[in-house]
Amino acid sequence: MARKLLLEHINVPDIHTFDVYRQKGGYRAVEKALKTLTPDEVVEEVKKSGLRGRGGAGFPTGMKWSFLAKPEGVARYLVCNADESEPGTFKDRYLMTHIPHALIEGMIVSSFALGAHTSYIYVRGEMMPQIRILEKAIAEAKNAGFLGKNILGTGYDLELYVQPGGGAYICGEETALLESLEGKRGNPRIKPPFPAIAGLYGCPTVVNNVESIAATVPIINDGGDEYAKIGIGRSTGTKLISASGNLVRPGVYEIELGLPVEEFIYSDEWCGGIANGKRLKATVAGGSSVPVLPANLTLKLANGDPRLMSYESLSEGGFATGTMMGSGGFIAFDEDQCIVRNTWNFSRFYHHESCGQCSPCREGTGWMEKVLHRLEYGHGKMSDIDLLVDVSKKIEGNTICPLGDAAAWPVASAIRHFRDEFEWHVKEPVKSLNTNYGLANYAEPIAKAVSTEN
Amino acid sequence: MSDKVKVTIDGITVEVAPGTTILNAARQIGGDIVPPAMCYYSKLEGSGGKCRTCIVKVSKGSEKDPRPMPKLVASCRTTVMDGMEVQNITSPEVIEARSGVVEMLLINHPLDCPVCDQAGECDLQNLGYEHGLQKTRYEFERRTFERIDIGDKIQLHMNRCILCYRCVFTADQITNKRVHGILNRGDHSEISTYIQTAVDNDFSGNVIDVCPVGALTDKTFRFKNRVWFTKPIDAHRDCPTCSGKVTLWYKGEDVLRVTARKDIYGEVEEFICNTCRFDKKKTADWTIEHPTQISDTSVIASNHYDTLKPLPVIQDNARLQEANRVELEKTTKF
Repeated sequence: MARKLLLEHINVPDIHTFDVYRQKGGYRAVEKALKTLTPDEVVEEVKKSGLRGRGGAGFPTGMKWSFLAKPEGVARYLVCNADESEPGTFKDRYLMTHIPHALIEGMIVSSFALGAHTSYIYVRGEMMPQIRILEKAIAEAKNAGFLGKNILGTGYDLELYVQPGGGAYICGEETALLESLEGKRGNPRIKPPFPAIAGLYGCPTVVNNVESIAATVPIINDGGDEYAKIGIGRSTGTKLISASGNLVRPGVYEIELGLPVEEFIYSDEWCGGIANGKRLKATVAGGSSVPVLPANLTLKLANGDPRLMSYESLSEGGFATGTMMGSGGFIAFDEDQCIVRNTWNFSRFYHHESCGQCSPCREGTGWMEKVLHRLEYGHGKMSDIDLLVDVSKKIEGNTICPLGDAAAWPVASAIRHFRDEFEWHVKEPVKSLNTNYGLANYAEPIAKAVSTEN
Repeated sequence: MSDKVKVTIDGITVEVAPGTTILNAARQIGGDIVPPAMCYYSKLEGSGGKCRTCIVKVSKGSEKDPRPMPKLVASCRTTVMDGMEVQNITSPEVIEARSGVVEMLLINHPLDCPVCDQAGECDLQNLGYEHGLQKTRYEFERRTFERIDIGDKIQLHMNRCILCYRCVFTADQITNKRVHGILNRGDHSEISTYIQTAVDNDFSGNVIDVCPVGALTDKTFRFKNRVWFTKPIDAHRDCPTCSGKVTLWYKGEDVLRVTARKDIYGEVEEFICNTCRFDKKKTADWTIEHPTQISDTSVIASNHYDTLKPLPVIQDNARLQEANRVELEKTTKF
C-alpha cells in the first residue's frame, strides 16, 4: 500500500469535524510550528522538503516563500487559491469537502511562516457546499483557540477568511484572483510587479494552491527531510491525482510521485484499467491545459523507458513527445473517443473563459473554437489544420497571463499527435459524424508511431 | 555612478532615467524603431500591456544579468535595466508575432474604413497597412453590436472597438466619477455605460480623442467630412475649465470639429473640456496660432513637405547620418 499523507484518515467517520480531526493527530503541526519553531525555520523545513506548487506550474513552494518582500510596517498576506476550475481537476474540492481542517491547519502554519496575520481562502463560486464546510471548520478551529488572537498563548494572531469567487476560471490565475479578492473585475495584472512584491492591496502576498498548503502539515510534523525521501528526484512527496474519463475506477488518488503511469492506469490499487474492456487511446495527464498524448507516449518515453508520474518524467521530451504534471487532472480516453471533438470541447472552454483583456487570447481562442467546431461537424478544410497550428503559435507566449498558453497547447498537441484523425474528419465529413476514427496506431510501440509522424 | 541607465534598441544606444519603459526609451530615439502602441497612453496611469502590438524581444536582460528574457515582452510595461539590449524591427520573431497580433485585432474589426470617421487618423489602419495581410484568413461571422449613444455628443460603435481600455482609464482618471467600464468577458466584452446611462461630465469628450480606432466618435462631426480634406490649425481660448489649447479642423471657412492637440504618437497633450470641443465652432471664439504640425507619414500631411526633418538622433550621430544619406539628400531638396 502506498504511503498517504493528505488522505491518510479520509475514511474515518466525521473526519471533517474538529474533534475527530484533532483525535487523529490534527493540529500537531500548528503546535509544533508555533511553539518550537521560528517562522524562518518553518520556511527552511518547506525548502528542505522540496515541495513544488500543486496548482500547475510546479514552482518550489519554499523558494516562493523566500521571495516574499518583508518591508517594515507593511502587512503581508497569504492567499489560498481554491478557485479550482480546470476541466479534469477536482482534487482540491475533494480535500476541502472531506478534510477541511487539513487546509486550515496548513493555512495557520503557512501564515505563521510568512508572518501574515490575515489570510484568505478564495474558493470558486460554484463550490458553495465547500465554502460552508470551510466556514464551519474555521469557526470550530477558532473556538478551540487555533485561530484569532494569541493562538495557543504564543502571541501569534491570525484571522482566516473564506471568500467566494464569482465562478470565473481566470480568477485561478494568481493576479486575477487578487484583483477579484479586492472586489474588482478579475483581470490578470501585468507582471512585474509580482505578488511577492506588490500583491493584495499592494502588499507582499503569497498565493498557494490548496494542496500545497495542506502539504505543509506533514512536512512540519515529520520534517522536511523525511518528506523529501518520498517521491523521485526533484518531485518529492505525494500528489493528489483526480482521475477521470474512461477508467474503471475514476476518483481522487494520492500517489507517491514516481509511480509509473502504466501502473496508475492499470493496477487494481489505482484506476483499475480502461472501462468496458476497451483500449487506451490518449490521455491528458494534468488537466485540460497540458498537451494531450497518445497512448504509446503516455506509457513510455520516446526512448522506450516507462513514463512516471513525476514533474520531470511527464515533461520528458518537451512538447514534442512529452506533456506536463499540471494540476493533476488525469483524463483517460478510450479507443472510441474522438480527439477532434475533445479538442473542440477544451477550446470552447478557453474561449468562454478568456477574460478579453489582451488581444491574442481574446480573439484567438474564439477563432480556434470556431475552426474546430467546423472540423468536428464536417465542414472543415485541409488548410484548417495548419491554420489552427499557426493561430495557436500566435497566441502562445504573447499574452499577459498563461491562459493563452493553456488554450494553445491542447490544440497544438492534438494536431501534433493526432493529425491523421483531423485529416480523416476533413476527408470523411459524413462518416466522421457517426463513427469514430478509432485507435489507429496510437497505442502501437513508439518506433512505429514516430515513423508515421515523419 | 550616473543616475541614467543605458539601453540599446535595435543597435541604437540611448541613456534614459531609471524606471523608463522600453517604449518610452524608444520614443526618445524616435523613428521606425518605436514600437506601435494601441492601448498604452502615457497620460493615463495603468494603461498598456493589453493590445500586445508593442511586444519586443529583450536579447540581453541587463549588464548584471545578461540572460535574454524568455518571452517577448510588452515594451510599454517593461522597464529598462542598465545595459539592456532590445530588438524590435531587427528581430523577425517580433515582426512575426506583431503581425499575428494585428491579425487578431482585425478578425472581428468591421473594416468599414470607407464609412468610418476615424479613417485617416486611425492607429489600427496604420498598423494594418504595415503588418496586415492582404486577405483575411477568418471565415466566420464577425461579432456585431448595436450602436450606443453615450450622452448626446458621443457615439459608441462597439463593432470597431479593440478593447484597449483607454476610454475606461480616461473616464476613471480624468473625470470625477467613473461611469463606464467593461461588460462581459472574452470576445463578448464590450465597453458600456450599462443601459446607455449618459456620461455627464465636463471632460467626457476626451474619450473620443484617446480612442485609437473609430469606436468612439464625435456626433457633431460624424459624416461631415473625411479628415484628410480638413485643415488642422492650432488655436486657443481663455477657458475657465481647461487649458483651452486645441486643434481646429477647418473645411474652407468652417470649423468642422475641435480636438485636443496630439503629439506624433497620437497622444493628447492636454485634455480639453466639452465646451471647447462641442460648443465653440466659430473662428471668432478662438485665437489662431499656426497650422498644426502633422507627421509626414500621415495622410493628413499630404502636400505638407515642410515637415520632412531628420530625427534628433540622426542629427547628432554621424553613423546614422551616413546610413540615411539618400533620405537626407531628398530632404534638403525641399
